[in-house]
Amino acid sequence: MILNDATIKEITTRMERYPSRKSAILPALTYAYRQVGHLDAPVYKELSKIIDIPYVEIAEAASFYTMFPKKEVGRYLIQVCHNISCSLRGADNMLIYMQEKLGIKMGETTPDNLFTLISVECLGGCSAAPMMQVNQTFYEDLTREKIDKILADLSAEAEKDGK
Amino acid sequence: MEKVLFKYVEEPQQYLIDNYIKNGGYQALPKVLKDFTPDELIEEVKKSGVRGRGGAGFPAGLKWSFVPKTDVKPKYLCCNADESEPGTCKDRVLMECDPHMVIEGCIIAAFAIQAHHAFIYIRGEFAYPAFRMEEAVNEAYGKGYLGKNILGSGFDLDMIVHTGGGAYICGEETALLSSLEGDRGMSRIRPPFPAIEGLYSCPTVVNNVETLASIPHIINRGVDWYRTYGTEKSAGSKIFSLSGNVNRPGNYEVELGTPLSYVINELGGGIQTGHKLKAIIPGGSSTPLLMPDQIDTPLDYEAVAEAGSMLGSGAIIVIDERACMVWVAMKLINFYQHESCGKCTPCREGTLWLKRLINRIEHGEGKKGDIELILDICENIMGRTICPLGDAAVMPTESIIKHFRDEFEYHIEHKKCKVKTDYAFE
Repeated sequence: MILNDATIKEITTRMERYPSRKSAILPALTYAYRQVGHLDAPVYKELSKIIDIPYVEIAEAASFYTMFPKKEVGRYLIQVCHNISCSLRGADNMLIYMQEKLGIKMGETTPDNLFTLISVECLGGCSAAPMMQVNQTFYEDLTREKIDKILADLSAEAEKDGK
Repeated sequence: MEKVLFKYVEEPQQYLIDNYIKNGGYQALPKVLKDFTPDELIEEVKKSGVRGRGGAGFPAGLKWSFVPKTDVKPKYLCCNADESEPGTCKDRVLMECDPHMVIEGCIIAAFAIQAHHAFIYIRGEFAYPAFRMEEAVNEAYGKGYLGKNILGSGFDLDMIVHTGGGAYICGEETALLSSLEGDRGMSRIRPPFPAIEGLYSCPTVVNNVETLASIPHIINRGVDWYRTYGTEKSAGSKIFSLSGNVNRPGNYEVELGTPLSYVINELGGGIQTGHKLKAIIPGGSSTPLLMPDQIDTPLDYEAVAEAGSMLGSGAIIVIDERACMVWVAMKLINFYQHESCGKCTPCREGTLWLKRLINRIEHGEGKKGDIELILDICENIMGRTICPLGDAAVMPTESIIKHFRDEFEYHIEHKKCKVKTDYAFE
Protein backbone atom coordinates (compact mmCIF):
# COMPACT_ATOMS: atom_id res chain seq x y z
CA MET A 1 0.00 0.00 0.00
CA ILE A 2 1.17 3.48 -0.84
CA LEU A 3 -1.43 5.43 1.08
CA ASN A 4 -1.05 5.32 4.84
CA ASP A 5 -3.77 4.91 7.45
CA ALA A 6 -3.98 8.62 8.18
CA THR A 7 -4.62 9.48 4.54
CA ILE A 8 -7.19 6.70 4.15
CA LYS A 9 -8.97 7.91 7.27
CA GLU A 10 -9.06 11.47 5.93
CA ILE A 11 -10.57 10.26 2.68
CA THR A 12 -13.21 8.00 4.20
CA THR A 13 -14.25 10.59 6.78
CA ARG A 14 -14.73 13.15 4.06
CA MET A 15 -16.51 10.73 1.72
CA GLU A 16 -19.33 10.28 4.22
CA ARG A 17 -20.11 13.98 4.25
CA TYR A 18 -21.01 14.29 0.56
CA PRO A 19 -24.43 13.47 -0.85
CA SER A 20 -22.54 11.54 -3.57
CA ARG A 21 -19.44 9.41 -3.04
CA LYS A 22 -17.97 10.56 -6.34
CA SER A 23 -17.62 14.10 -4.99
CA ALA A 24 -14.85 12.81 -2.75
CA ILE A 25 -12.54 12.22 -5.74
CA LEU A 26 -10.95 15.67 -5.75
CA PRO A 27 -10.42 15.82 -1.96
CA ALA A 28 -9.05 12.26 -2.13
CA LEU A 29 -6.59 13.26 -4.85
CA THR A 30 -5.54 16.21 -2.68
CA TYR A 31 -4.94 14.07 0.41
CA ALA A 32 -3.04 11.49 -1.63
CA TYR A 33 -0.93 14.17 -3.29
CA ARG A 34 -0.06 15.72 0.06
CA GLN A 35 1.15 12.40 1.37
CA VAL A 36 2.89 11.01 -1.71
CA GLY A 37 4.07 14.22 -3.41
CA HIS A 38 2.68 13.26 -6.81
CA LEU A 39 -0.11 11.21 -8.37
CA ASP A 40 0.09 8.22 -10.72
CA ALA A 41 -1.62 4.97 -11.67
CA PRO A 42 -0.77 2.97 -8.52
CA VAL A 43 -2.24 5.78 -6.40
CA TYR A 44 -5.40 5.88 -8.56
CA LYS A 45 -5.79 2.13 -8.10
CA GLU A 46 -5.77 2.46 -4.34
CA LEU A 47 -8.15 5.43 -4.42
CA SER A 48 -10.46 3.48 -6.66
CA LYS A 49 -10.72 0.77 -3.98
CA ILE A 50 -11.14 3.24 -1.11
CA ILE A 51 -13.87 5.31 -2.75
CA ASP A 52 -15.32 2.30 -4.57
CA ILE A 53 -15.38 4.03 -7.93
CA PRO A 54 -13.93 2.67 -11.19
CA TYR A 55 -10.24 3.38 -11.73
CA VAL A 56 -10.93 5.17 -14.99
CA GLU A 57 -13.07 7.79 -13.29
CA ILE A 58 -10.29 8.60 -10.83
CA ALA A 59 -7.67 8.79 -13.59
CA GLU A 60 -10.00 10.82 -15.78
CA ALA A 61 -10.53 13.44 -13.09
CA ALA A 62 -6.88 13.49 -12.01
CA SER A 63 -5.61 14.07 -15.54
CA PHE A 64 -7.68 17.24 -15.75
CA TYR A 65 -6.19 18.98 -12.74
CA THR A 66 -2.74 20.41 -13.36
CA MET A 67 -2.02 21.22 -9.73
CA PHE A 68 -1.03 17.64 -9.00
CA PRO A 69 2.32 16.56 -10.49
CA LYS A 70 1.92 13.27 -12.34
CA LYS A 71 5.47 12.10 -11.76
CA GLU A 72 7.93 12.27 -8.93
CA VAL A 73 9.24 15.73 -8.03
CA GLY A 74 11.81 16.97 -5.56
CA ARG A 75 11.13 17.41 -1.86
CA TYR A 76 10.20 21.02 -2.56
CA LEU A 77 8.10 21.79 -5.62
CA ILE A 78 8.71 25.42 -6.52
CA GLN A 79 5.95 26.92 -8.66
CA VAL A 80 6.68 30.42 -9.89
CA CYS A 81 3.82 32.50 -11.25
CA HIS A 82 4.54 33.69 -14.81
CA ASN A 83 1.20 35.37 -15.45
CA ILE A 84 0.73 39.05 -16.27
CA SER A 85 0.70 40.73 -12.85
CA CYS A 86 3.85 38.92 -11.71
CA SER A 87 5.52 39.46 -15.09
CA LEU A 88 4.97 43.22 -14.81
CA ARG A 89 6.95 43.01 -11.55
CA GLY A 90 9.89 41.07 -12.97
CA ALA A 91 8.81 37.41 -12.92
CA ASP A 92 10.64 36.63 -16.19
CA ASN A 93 13.93 37.80 -14.73
CA MET A 94 13.16 36.13 -11.43
CA LEU A 95 12.82 32.81 -13.26
CA ILE A 96 16.21 33.35 -14.88
CA TYR A 97 17.69 34.14 -11.47
CA MET A 98 16.18 31.01 -9.91
CA GLN A 99 17.47 28.75 -12.69
CA GLU A 100 20.96 30.15 -12.19
CA LYS A 101 20.72 29.91 -8.43
CA LEU A 102 19.50 26.29 -8.45
CA GLY A 103 21.66 25.31 -11.41
CA ILE A 104 18.72 23.69 -13.22
CA LYS A 105 16.41 24.52 -16.10
CA MET A 106 12.65 24.87 -15.91
CA GLY A 107 10.97 21.56 -15.19
CA GLU A 108 14.13 19.99 -13.78
CA THR A 109 15.00 18.73 -10.32
CA THR A 110 18.28 19.43 -8.50
CA PRO A 111 20.62 16.39 -8.33
CA ASP A 112 20.14 16.18 -4.54
CA ASN A 113 16.40 15.76 -5.23
CA LEU A 114 15.55 18.77 -3.08
CA PHE A 115 14.08 21.28 -5.53
CA THR A 116 11.91 20.99 -8.65
CA LEU A 117 11.37 24.27 -10.49
CA ILE A 118 8.36 24.96 -12.68
CA SER A 119 6.42 28.04 -13.72
CA VAL A 120 2.64 28.15 -13.48
CA GLU A 121 -0.36 30.32 -14.23
CA CYS A 122 -1.81 32.89 -11.83
CA LEU A 123 -1.85 31.75 -8.20
CA GLY A 124 -3.87 34.65 -6.82
CA GLY A 125 -1.06 36.64 -5.25
CA CYS A 126 -1.24 39.43 -7.84
CA SER A 127 -0.93 42.43 -5.58
CA ALA A 128 2.11 40.93 -3.85
CA ALA A 129 4.00 40.11 -7.06
CA PRO A 130 6.28 38.50 -7.94
CA MET A 131 5.36 35.41 -6.00
CA MET A 132 5.78 31.66 -5.87
CA GLN A 133 4.39 28.63 -4.12
CA VAL A 134 6.64 26.03 -2.50
CA ASN A 135 4.61 22.90 -1.69
CA GLN A 136 1.62 24.40 0.16
CA THR A 137 3.16 27.75 1.11
CA PHE A 138 2.94 31.09 -0.73
CA TYR A 139 5.96 33.41 -0.77
CA GLU A 140 5.19 36.92 -1.96
CA ASP A 141 6.77 40.31 -2.76
CA LEU A 142 9.89 38.39 -3.70
CA THR A 143 13.37 39.86 -4.13
CA ARG A 144 16.72 38.20 -4.82
CA GLU A 145 17.54 38.51 -1.15
CA LYS A 146 14.28 36.86 -0.08
CA ILE A 147 14.72 33.99 -2.51
CA ASP A 148 18.25 33.35 -1.26
CA LYS A 149 16.94 33.14 2.28
CA ILE A 150 13.93 30.95 1.44
CA LEU A 151 16.11 28.43 -0.44
CA ALA A 152 18.72 28.42 2.34
CA ASP A 153 16.04 27.86 4.99
CA LEU A 154 14.47 25.01 3.03
CA SER A 155 17.87 23.35 2.50
CA ALA A 156 18.56 23.66 6.22
CA GLU A 157 15.18 22.16 7.05
CA ALA A 158 15.84 19.20 4.77
CA GLU A 159 19.28 18.68 6.27
CA LYS A 160 17.83 18.72 9.76
CA ASP A 161 15.45 15.95 8.73
CA GLY A 162 18.45 14.03 7.41
CA LYS A 163 17.36 14.09 3.77
CA MET B 1 -16.11 55.79 2.78
CA GLU B 2 -16.30 53.69 5.89
CA LYS B 3 -14.93 50.22 5.21
CA VAL B 4 -17.55 47.51 5.21
CA LEU B 5 -15.94 44.24 4.09
CA PHE B 6 -12.45 45.31 5.10
CA LYS B 7 -13.37 46.99 8.39
CA TYR B 8 -11.46 44.42 10.46
CA VAL B 9 -9.04 43.19 7.83
CA GLU B 10 -6.05 44.53 9.78
CA GLU B 11 -7.15 42.95 13.09
CA PRO B 12 -4.67 40.19 13.77
CA GLN B 13 -7.14 37.49 14.88
CA GLN B 14 -10.45 38.52 13.38
CA TYR B 15 -10.62 34.98 11.98
CA LEU B 16 -11.45 33.62 15.44
CA ILE B 17 -15.18 33.32 16.09
CA ASP B 18 -15.04 35.16 19.43
CA ASN B 19 -13.41 38.19 17.82
CA TYR B 20 -15.87 38.13 14.94
CA ILE B 21 -18.75 38.10 17.42
CA LYS B 22 -17.13 40.83 19.54
CA ASN B 23 -16.96 42.99 16.42
CA GLY B 24 -20.64 42.59 15.63
CA GLY B 25 -20.60 39.26 13.80
CA TYR B 26 -23.35 36.63 13.83
CA GLN B 27 -25.99 39.26 14.53
CA ALA B 28 -27.53 39.15 11.08
CA LEU B 29 -28.16 35.39 11.19
CA PRO B 30 -30.44 35.32 14.29
CA LYS B 31 -32.28 38.32 12.88
CA VAL B 32 -32.87 36.51 9.60
CA LEU B 33 -34.01 33.30 11.26
CA LYS B 34 -36.38 35.18 13.57
CA ASP B 35 -37.75 38.02 11.44
CA PHE B 36 -37.65 36.88 7.83
CA THR B 37 -39.32 34.24 5.73
CA PRO B 38 -37.14 33.03 2.86
CA ASP B 39 -39.24 35.08 0.43
CA GLU B 40 -38.91 38.25 2.48
CA LEU B 41 -35.19 37.72 2.68
CA ILE B 42 -34.88 37.32 -1.08
CA GLU B 43 -36.92 40.52 -1.53
CA GLU B 44 -34.65 42.38 0.87
CA VAL B 45 -31.50 41.29 -0.98
CA LYS B 46 -33.12 42.16 -4.31
CA LYS B 47 -33.90 45.66 -3.00
CA SER B 48 -30.32 46.13 -1.82
CA GLY B 49 -29.18 45.93 -5.43
CA VAL B 50 -26.11 43.83 -4.56
CA ARG B 51 -24.69 42.26 -7.70
CA GLY B 52 -22.40 39.27 -8.18
CA ARG B 53 -18.83 40.22 -7.35
CA GLY B 54 -17.21 37.32 -9.17
CA GLY B 55 -17.28 39.00 -12.55
CA ALA B 56 -20.68 38.81 -14.18
CA GLY B 57 -22.40 41.35 -11.91
CA PHE B 58 -25.71 39.49 -11.92
CA PRO B 59 -28.15 40.68 -9.21
CA ALA B 60 -27.77 38.26 -6.29
CA GLY B 61 -31.35 38.45 -5.03
CA LEU B 62 -32.71 37.75 -8.49
CA LYS B 63 -30.45 34.70 -8.80
CA TRP B 64 -31.82 33.36 -5.51
CA SER B 65 -35.39 33.94 -6.65
CA PHE B 66 -34.93 31.56 -9.61
CA VAL B 67 -34.77 28.56 -7.29
CA PRO B 68 -38.16 26.85 -7.60
CA LYS B 69 -39.96 26.85 -4.29
CA THR B 70 -42.23 23.95 -5.05
CA ASP B 71 -39.45 21.61 -6.17
CA VAL B 72 -39.15 18.72 -3.73
CA LYS B 73 -35.55 18.01 -4.68
CA PRO B 74 -32.80 19.11 -2.27
CA LYS B 75 -31.33 22.57 -2.90
CA TYR B 76 -27.68 23.46 -2.72
CA LEU B 77 -25.63 26.57 -2.12
CA CYS B 78 -22.09 26.87 -3.49
CA CYS B 79 -19.75 29.62 -2.47
CA ASN B 80 -17.44 30.24 -5.41
CA ALA B 81 -13.97 30.74 -3.93
CA ASP B 82 -12.11 29.49 -6.99
CA GLU B 83 -10.60 32.96 -7.44
CA SER B 84 -8.40 32.44 -10.52
CA GLU B 85 -8.93 35.34 -12.91
CA PRO B 86 -5.41 36.78 -13.30
CA GLY B 87 -5.13 39.96 -11.28
CA THR B 88 -7.77 38.91 -8.74
CA CYS B 89 -6.71 38.24 -5.16
CA LYS B 90 -9.50 39.68 -2.99
CA ASP B 91 -11.56 36.66 -1.91
CA ARG B 92 -8.45 35.13 -0.51
CA VAL B 93 -8.05 38.07 1.88
CA LEU B 94 -11.66 37.77 3.07
CA MET B 95 -11.23 34.04 3.70
CA GLU B 96 -7.92 34.47 5.49
CA CYS B 97 -8.84 37.49 7.59
CA ASP B 98 -12.59 37.37 8.11
CA PRO B 99 -13.83 33.84 7.29
CA HIS B 100 -16.87 34.03 9.55
CA MET B 101 -18.26 36.94 7.55
CA VAL B 102 -18.23 34.65 4.51
CA ILE B 103 -19.75 31.78 6.49
CA GLU B 104 -22.50 33.95 7.96
CA GLY B 105 -23.33 35.15 4.43
CA CYS B 106 -23.46 31.53 3.25
CA ILE B 107 -25.81 30.47 6.04
CA ILE B 108 -28.16 33.36 5.28
CA ALA B 109 -28.11 32.59 1.54
CA ALA B 110 -28.73 28.91 2.24
CA PHE B 111 -31.74 29.87 4.37
CA ALA B 112 -33.08 32.05 1.56
CA ILE B 113 -33.10 29.18 -0.91
CA GLN B 114 -33.79 26.56 1.78
CA ALA B 115 -30.62 24.61 1.12
CA HIS B 116 -29.40 22.18 3.75
CA HIS B 117 -26.02 21.65 2.18
CA ALA B 118 -23.54 24.43 1.43
CA PHE B 119 -20.21 23.95 -0.29
CA ILE B 120 -17.32 26.37 -0.28
CA TYR B 121 -15.30 25.58 -3.41
CA ILE B 122 -11.80 26.98 -2.89
CA ARG B 123 -9.08 26.81 -5.54
CA GLY B 124 -6.60 24.09 -4.64
CA GLU B 125 -3.59 26.34 -4.41
CA PHE B 126 -5.21 28.31 -1.58
CA ALA B 127 -4.14 25.88 1.14
CA TYR B 128 -3.95 28.54 3.83
CA PRO B 129 -7.30 30.24 3.09
CA ALA B 130 -8.88 26.76 2.94
CA PHE B 131 -7.35 25.93 6.31
CA ARG B 132 -8.72 29.16 7.80
CA MET B 133 -12.18 28.46 6.36
CA GLU B 134 -12.15 24.87 7.62
CA GLU B 135 -11.22 26.00 11.13
CA ALA B 136 -13.89 28.69 11.04
CA VAL B 137 -16.55 26.21 9.86
CA ASN B 138 -15.65 23.95 12.77
CA GLU B 139 -15.95 26.86 15.18
CA ALA B 140 -19.34 27.75 13.72
CA TYR B 141 -20.56 24.16 14.27
CA GLY B 142 -19.29 24.40 17.86
CA LYS B 143 -21.38 27.49 18.55
CA GLY B 144 -24.52 26.15 16.90
CA TYR B 145 -24.45 28.39 13.81
CA LEU B 146 -24.15 25.30 11.65
CA GLY B 147 -25.59 21.82 11.98
CA LYS B 148 -29.04 20.74 13.10
CA ASN B 149 -31.68 23.21 14.30
CA ILE B 150 -29.54 26.35 14.01
CA LEU B 151 -30.16 28.67 16.98
CA GLY B 152 -33.38 26.81 17.73
CA SER B 153 -34.93 27.84 14.41
CA GLY B 154 -35.52 24.38 13.05
CA PHE B 155 -33.26 25.19 10.07
CA ASP B 156 -30.46 22.66 9.37
CA LEU B 157 -27.32 23.34 7.39
CA ASP B 158 -24.24 21.26 6.73
CA MET B 159 -21.22 23.13 5.33
CA ILE B 160 -18.31 21.54 3.50
CA VAL B 161 -15.05 23.20 2.53
CA HIS B 162 -14.01 21.66 -0.79
CA THR B 163 -10.70 22.38 -2.51
CA GLY B 164 -10.06 22.27 -6.25
CA GLY B 165 -7.15 21.05 -8.31
CA GLY B 166 -5.80 24.10 -10.08
CA ALA B 167 -8.19 24.79 -12.94
CA TYR B 168 -9.29 28.33 -13.82
CA ILE B 169 -12.36 27.00 -15.57
CA CYS B 170 -13.79 25.76 -12.27
CA GLY B 171 -14.58 29.37 -11.39
CA GLU B 172 -17.23 29.22 -14.11
CA GLU B 173 -20.34 28.10 -12.26
CA THR B 174 -21.32 25.05 -14.30
CA ALA B 175 -17.71 23.81 -14.44
CA LEU B 176 -17.52 24.30 -10.69
CA LEU B 177 -20.53 22.01 -10.31
CA SER B 178 -19.01 19.35 -12.59
CA SER B 179 -15.84 19.51 -10.54
CA LEU B 180 -17.73 19.29 -7.27
CA GLU B 181 -19.49 16.18 -8.54
CA GLY B 182 -16.10 14.54 -9.05
CA ASP B 183 -15.93 14.92 -12.82
CA ARG B 184 -13.48 16.85 -14.96
CA GLY B 185 -14.21 20.53 -14.46
CA MET B 186 -15.96 21.16 -17.75
CA SER B 187 -18.75 23.64 -18.30
CA ARG B 188 -22.28 22.62 -19.20
CA ILE B 189 -24.80 24.07 -21.60
CA ARG B 190 -27.28 26.48 -20.06
CA PRO B 191 -30.27 26.24 -19.88
CA PRO B 192 -31.02 24.48 -17.69
CA PHE B 193 -29.47 27.06 -15.36
CA PRO B 194 -28.03 25.85 -12.08
CA ALA B 195 -30.94 27.42 -10.19
CA ILE B 196 -33.16 24.81 -11.86
CA GLU B 197 -30.73 21.95 -12.42
CA GLY B 198 -27.35 22.39 -10.80
CA LEU B 199 -25.39 20.22 -8.41
CA TYR B 200 -26.51 16.55 -8.61
CA SER B 201 -29.23 17.83 -10.99
CA CYS B 202 -30.84 19.75 -8.13
CA PRO B 203 -31.58 23.49 -7.83
CA THR B 204 -28.33 25.25 -6.93
CA VAL B 205 -27.15 28.79 -6.36
CA VAL B 206 -23.51 29.68 -6.94
CA ASN B 207 -22.37 33.00 -5.42
CA ASN B 208 -18.96 34.61 -5.16
CA VAL B 209 -17.23 34.98 -1.77
CA GLU B 210 -17.42 38.77 -1.77
CA THR B 211 -21.12 38.76 -2.70
CA LEU B 212 -21.94 36.45 0.19
CA ALA B 213 -19.74 38.45 2.59
CA SER B 214 -21.83 41.55 1.82
CA ILE B 215 -25.08 39.89 2.91
CA PRO B 216 -24.70 40.09 6.73
CA HIS B 217 -24.01 43.84 6.43
CA ILE B 218 -27.11 44.39 4.32
CA ILE B 219 -29.21 42.59 6.93
CA ASN B 220 -27.61 44.33 9.90
CA ARG B 221 -27.73 47.86 8.62
CA GLY B 222 -30.53 47.77 6.13
CA VAL B 223 -31.08 48.23 2.46
CA ASP B 224 -31.23 52.03 2.66
CA TRP B 225 -27.85 52.21 4.32
CA TYR B 226 -26.34 49.83 1.74
CA ARG B 227 -27.68 51.88 -1.13
CA THR B 228 -26.05 55.05 0.17
CA TYR B 229 -22.89 53.54 -1.31
CA GLY B 230 -22.35 53.21 -5.00
CA THR B 231 -24.65 54.27 -7.80
CA GLU B 232 -28.29 53.60 -8.61
CA LYS B 233 -27.52 50.49 -10.65
CA SER B 234 -24.25 49.49 -8.98
CA ALA B 235 -24.95 49.57 -5.26
CA GLY B 236 -22.54 49.10 -2.39
CA SER B 237 -18.83 48.77 -1.99
CA LYS B 238 -16.40 46.56 -3.87
CA ILE B 239 -12.90 45.31 -3.29
CA PHE B 240 -10.48 46.11 -6.10
CA SER B 241 -7.26 44.13 -6.47
CA LEU B 242 -4.66 46.54 -7.76
CA SER B 243 -1.58 44.98 -9.35
CA GLY B 244 1.14 45.69 -11.90
CA ASN B 245 3.08 48.90 -12.24
CA VAL B 246 1.85 51.00 -9.34
CA ASN B 247 3.76 52.09 -6.25
CA ARG B 248 1.42 50.42 -3.75
CA PRO B 249 -0.31 47.35 -5.17
CA GLY B 250 -2.96 45.90 -2.87
CA ASN B 251 -6.61 45.15 -2.24
CA TYR B 252 -8.68 48.27 -1.71
CA GLU B 253 -12.34 48.58 -0.80
CA VAL B 254 -14.12 51.59 -2.26
CA GLU B 255 -17.70 52.36 -3.12
CA LEU B 256 -18.77 51.54 -6.65
CA GLY B 257 -18.56 54.57 -8.91
CA THR B 258 -15.21 55.69 -7.47
CA PRO B 259 -12.98 57.01 -10.26
CA LEU B 260 -10.31 54.58 -11.46
CA SER B 261 -7.77 57.39 -11.08
CA TYR B 262 -8.50 57.59 -7.34
CA VAL B 263 -7.69 53.89 -6.90
CA ILE B 264 -4.53 54.06 -9.01
CA ASN B 265 -3.17 57.42 -7.86
CA GLU B 266 -4.42 57.97 -4.32
CA LEU B 267 -4.66 54.42 -2.99
CA GLY B 268 -2.05 52.83 -5.22
CA GLY B 269 0.41 55.71 -4.96
CA GLY B 270 0.45 56.31 -8.72
CA ILE B 271 2.39 54.65 -11.51
CA GLN B 272 5.73 53.19 -10.41
CA THR B 273 8.03 56.14 -9.87
CA GLY B 274 9.77 57.32 -13.01
CA HIS B 275 7.40 55.55 -15.39
CA LYS B 276 4.46 56.40 -17.58
CA LEU B 277 1.04 54.76 -17.81
CA LYS B 278 0.50 52.79 -21.00
CA ALA B 279 -2.74 50.85 -20.51
CA ILE B 280 -5.05 49.51 -17.81
CA ILE B 281 -6.87 46.19 -17.61
CA PRO B 282 -9.77 47.20 -15.35
CA GLY B 283 -11.62 44.02 -14.40
CA GLY B 284 -9.33 41.00 -14.57
CA SER B 285 -7.27 39.66 -17.45
CA SER B 286 -10.27 38.87 -19.66
CA THR B 287 -11.50 42.46 -19.89
CA PRO B 288 -10.59 44.87 -22.72
CA LEU B 289 -8.04 47.62 -22.10
CA LEU B 290 -8.73 51.13 -20.94
CA MET B 291 -6.31 53.77 -22.21
CA PRO B 292 -4.58 56.51 -20.15
CA ASP B 293 -7.14 59.14 -21.20
CA GLN B 294 -9.87 56.96 -19.65
CA ILE B 295 -8.30 56.97 -16.19
CA ASP B 296 -11.16 58.95 -14.69
CA THR B 297 -13.73 56.29 -15.61
CA PRO B 298 -16.00 55.62 -12.61
CA LEU B 299 -15.65 52.07 -11.35
CA ASP B 300 -19.21 50.83 -11.64
CA TYR B 301 -20.67 48.20 -13.95
CA GLU B 302 -22.34 50.70 -16.31
CA ALA B 303 -19.56 53.27 -16.61
CA VAL B 304 -16.82 50.72 -17.30
CA ALA B 305 -19.05 49.07 -19.92
CA GLU B 306 -19.64 52.44 -21.52
CA ALA B 307 -15.89 52.99 -21.63
CA GLY B 308 -15.65 49.79 -23.68
CA SER B 309 -14.59 47.31 -21.04
CA MET B 310 -15.99 45.43 -18.05
CA LEU B 311 -15.81 45.82 -14.28
CA GLY B 312 -15.46 42.03 -14.05
CA SER B 313 -13.92 40.82 -10.81
CA GLY B 314 -12.46 44.25 -10.05
CA ALA B 315 -8.87 43.27 -10.74
CA ILE B 316 -7.09 46.36 -12.00
CA ILE B 317 -3.83 45.55 -13.76
CA VAL B 318 -1.74 48.62 -14.51
CA ILE B 319 0.75 48.47 -17.38
CA ASP B 320 3.47 51.08 -17.83
CA GLU B 321 5.57 52.02 -20.86
CA ARG B 322 8.19 49.33 -20.25
CA ALA B 323 5.86 46.60 -21.59
CA CYS B 324 5.76 45.41 -25.18
CA MET B 325 2.06 44.88 -25.83
CA VAL B 326 2.71 41.80 -27.97
CA TRP B 327 4.38 40.34 -24.89
CA VAL B 328 1.32 41.25 -22.79
CA ALA B 329 -0.98 39.60 -25.35
CA MET B 330 1.27 36.53 -25.30
CA LYS B 331 1.16 36.22 -21.50
CA LEU B 332 -2.63 36.38 -21.59
CA ILE B 333 -3.24 34.00 -24.48
CA ASN B 334 -0.81 31.45 -23.05
CA PHE B 335 -2.95 31.47 -19.93
CA TYR B 336 -6.28 31.03 -21.72
CA GLN B 337 -4.94 28.28 -23.95
CA HIS B 338 -3.65 26.43 -20.87
CA GLU B 339 -6.97 26.81 -19.06
CA SER B 340 -9.35 25.96 -21.90
CA CYS B 341 -11.16 22.83 -20.70
CA GLY B 342 -11.26 21.44 -24.25
CA LYS B 343 -14.97 20.82 -24.47
CA CYS B 344 -15.82 23.33 -27.25
CA THR B 345 -13.84 23.16 -30.48
CA PRO B 346 -13.68 26.94 -31.15
CA CYS B 347 -12.09 27.54 -27.75
CA ARG B 348 -9.88 24.45 -27.62
CA GLU B 349 -8.47 24.85 -31.14
CA GLY B 350 -8.86 28.61 -31.40
CA THR B 351 -6.89 29.47 -28.28
CA LEU B 352 -4.13 27.12 -29.43
CA TRP B 353 -3.92 28.85 -32.82
CA LEU B 354 -3.94 32.26 -31.17
CA LYS B 355 -1.19 31.15 -28.83
CA ARG B 356 0.98 29.89 -31.68
CA LEU B 357 0.45 33.03 -33.76
CA ILE B 358 1.05 35.52 -30.97
CA ASN B 359 4.07 33.60 -29.69
CA ARG B 360 5.63 33.50 -33.13
CA ILE B 361 5.15 37.24 -33.56
CA GLU B 362 6.67 37.89 -30.14
CA HIS B 363 9.63 35.63 -30.99
CA GLY B 364 10.35 37.46 -34.26
CA GLU B 365 8.87 34.83 -36.54
CA GLY B 366 5.63 36.59 -37.41
CA LYS B 367 4.43 36.63 -41.01
CA LYS B 368 2.54 39.18 -43.00
CA GLY B 369 -1.18 38.53 -42.57
CA ASP B 370 -0.81 37.14 -39.04
CA ILE B 371 -2.71 40.03 -37.49
CA GLU B 372 -5.65 39.51 -39.83
CA LEU B 373 -5.53 35.78 -39.14
CA ILE B 374 -5.60 36.42 -35.37
CA LEU B 375 -8.62 38.68 -35.72
CA ASP B 376 -10.35 36.14 -37.94
CA ILE B 377 -9.82 33.37 -35.36
CA CYS B 378 -11.08 35.71 -32.63
CA GLU B 379 -14.26 36.25 -34.57
CA ASN B 380 -14.71 32.50 -34.87
CA ILE B 381 -14.39 31.95 -31.12
CA MET B 382 -16.43 34.86 -29.79
CA GLY B 383 -19.90 33.82 -28.74
CA ARG B 384 -19.49 30.31 -30.11
CA THR B 385 -18.67 28.44 -26.93
CA ILE B 386 -20.65 27.02 -24.03
CA CYS B 387 -18.96 29.12 -21.36
CA PRO B 388 -17.32 32.56 -21.46
CA LEU B 389 -13.71 31.26 -21.46
CA GLY B 390 -13.50 31.55 -25.22
CA ASP B 391 -14.77 35.13 -25.09
CA ALA B 392 -12.36 35.83 -22.23
CA ALA B 393 -9.44 34.86 -24.47
CA VAL B 394 -10.71 36.96 -27.37
CA MET B 395 -11.61 40.21 -25.60
CA PRO B 396 -8.13 41.21 -24.40
CA THR B 397 -6.51 39.94 -27.61
CA GLU B 398 -8.75 42.03 -29.86
CA SER B 399 -8.47 45.03 -27.58
CA ILE B 400 -4.66 44.95 -27.47
CA ILE B 401 -4.50 44.72 -31.27
CA LYS B 402 -7.02 47.53 -31.61
CA HIS B 403 -5.00 49.92 -29.47
CA PHE B 404 -1.46 48.76 -30.23
CA ARG B 405 -1.61 47.39 -33.77
CA ASP B 406 1.56 49.34 -34.60
CA GLU B 407 3.54 47.22 -32.11
CA PHE B 408 2.34 44.02 -33.78
CA GLU B 409 3.16 45.39 -37.24
CA TYR B 410 6.60 46.53 -36.11
CA HIS B 411 7.25 43.10 -34.60
CA ILE B 412 6.35 41.32 -37.83
CA GLU B 413 8.34 43.70 -40.03
CA HIS B 414 11.48 44.10 -37.88
CA LYS B 415 11.42 40.68 -36.15
CA LYS B 416 11.77 42.35 -32.76
CA CYS B 417 9.94 44.46 -30.19
CA LYS B 418 9.19 48.10 -30.82
CA VAL B 419 9.42 48.43 -27.04
CA LYS B 420 11.69 45.85 -25.44
CA THR B 421 9.95 44.57 -22.31
CA ASP B 422 12.17 45.36 -19.39
CA TYR B 423 11.10 44.58 -15.85
CA ALA B 424 14.06 44.10 -13.58
CA PHE B 425 14.11 41.65 -10.69
CA GLU B 426 16.21 42.92 -7.84
